[in-house]
Amino acid sequence: MVRATHWLTFIAFIALLVTGGEIVISHPRFYWGEVGNVNTKPLFVISIPSSRDTVPTKYNYVMPNQNGWSRYLHFEAAWAAVLTGLVYGIYGVVSGHFRKNLLPERRDWAWRAYRDRIAQYLRRIPPGGAEENSYNVLQRTAYAVVIFVLFPLIIWTGLAMSPSFTAAFPWTAALLGGRQSARTIHLIDSGLLLLFLLVHVTTVAVSGFRSRMRAMIMGYSRDSTCDFREGR
Amino acid sequence: MNKISRRELIYGGVAATAGAAGLATAERMAKRYGLIPPDGSGIYGPGETLTYACQRILTTCTPAREFPRSMISKNPFANEIAPPTDEFKRMQAAGFKEWRLVVDGTVARPLVLSLSDLKTMPMRSQITEVACEEGWSYIAEWIGTPLSSVLREAVLLPATRYIVYYAVEKSLWGSIDMTDAMDPHTLLTMGMNDGDLPVPFGGPLRLRVPRQLGYKSLKFVTHITATDNIKKFGKGLGSVDPEYGYSWYAGI
Repeated sequence: MVRATHWLTFIAFIALLVTGGEIVISHPRFYWGEVGNVNTKPLFVISIPSSRDTVPTKYNYVMPNQNGWSRYLHFEAAWAAVLTGLVYGIYGVVSGHFRKNLLPERRDWAWRAYRDRIAQYLRRIPPGGAEENSYNVLQRTAYAVVIFVLFPLIIWTGLAMSPSFTAAFPWTAALLGGRQSARTIHLIDSGLLLLFLLVHVTTVAVSGFRSRMRAMIMGYSRDSTCDFREGR
Repeated sequence: MNKISRRELIYGGVAATAGAAGLATAERMAKRYGLIPPDGSGIYGPGETLTYACQRILTTCTPAREFPRSMISKNPFANEIAPPTDEFKRMQAAGFKEWRLVVDGTVARPLVLSLSDLKTMPMRSQITEVACEEGWSYIAEWIGTPLSSVLREAVLLPATRYIVYYAVEKSLWGSIDMTDAMDPHTLLTMGMNDGDLPVPFGGPLRLRVPRQLGYKSLKFVTHITATDNIKKFGKGLGSVDPEYGYSWYAGI
């Protein structure tokens, strides 16, 4: 279950990332508050050309417009991610996966645990025995932040940009400071998730890409003790 | 490799059957309650249908967000589209006295209304946000008569399912379902921020649909057709937007 939802989320996330990037190109200016447009002072501007000639940029050409299919796919992939997340969330609570594997263990609820683990990484000390089958405190923290903070926040900020959803639930936009604040947080959150993806893939590659991939797809790996099969 | 046990096979089979039956039931229910959008087929069909169905279940009776007067944008962005035609410029020079709104289709009393006719109908003003699919937005006060009061004047037939609307250039058209059409915030807009609606913002007549993105708020509206069958219009996708790749329902 964890592996199936992991890979479904991966496919949906890549689709969301690519189409989200395409949508940003049509207006690479970001604002804070309820409203913002080319006549408003931006909070920051991403220095890329735009796919609209109405947006002033440093470049004197206009990118092709890809918003139509990007928007269709963005919202469909969002549904895939949300529904997968729902299945995973229910499973995680019911099976104890969150408690056993994701939330940092109680003995690690201290800065010292983090410091020791970072030191271990820096000295490149390989994990010993039991650790190879479990996540350490840094991994648990990273996964927990992604699953319990960054993903819920990106769904919330996405919904806070929907004119019909905010009509029904105005506080979803108001609590964030407005529609444009929601859009800006949505972008920053997607950047953090991309950062996580890069670090995650790098650590998988460093710890033996083939054996880890086999473990992440099949559930176990022949040449290590790494075992992701459930109930073990 | 571990072999798939008989128990796993049975569980898998039961789950798959239940899933297929659930999907079939969901589709029948969605069709029955009008929860499938006109562009709800093809590879993006499931996503569009989920979005539209959820919005119709969750947000049907909730009015658009309104804002205090102090939040009206000082410099709204007009996003001017293609320059208006010569005919439009001629009518503009004459103060739009010849501008007509035709209301026909599945109505008992088809109407042809001038702007001054529209101004004798119940007027309403609202301070709402225009949000473009590109990401930008602004807030303005919009003054006009609710689409619903014009439709009541024309006496809608009970079979009506969608309201189709055209711009002065007939190639630009859209449609909304009855939930959005009868929403008092859906406004045949003639004024903006205490003046006449400027041409760059869609003057003399723009249909504001504040619970959807800006592209559903068509500028230069001249013709409204009520219909019981949206498939008869254009390529049958509900508006010209899906023909360019944009979704019909833009309330997201």
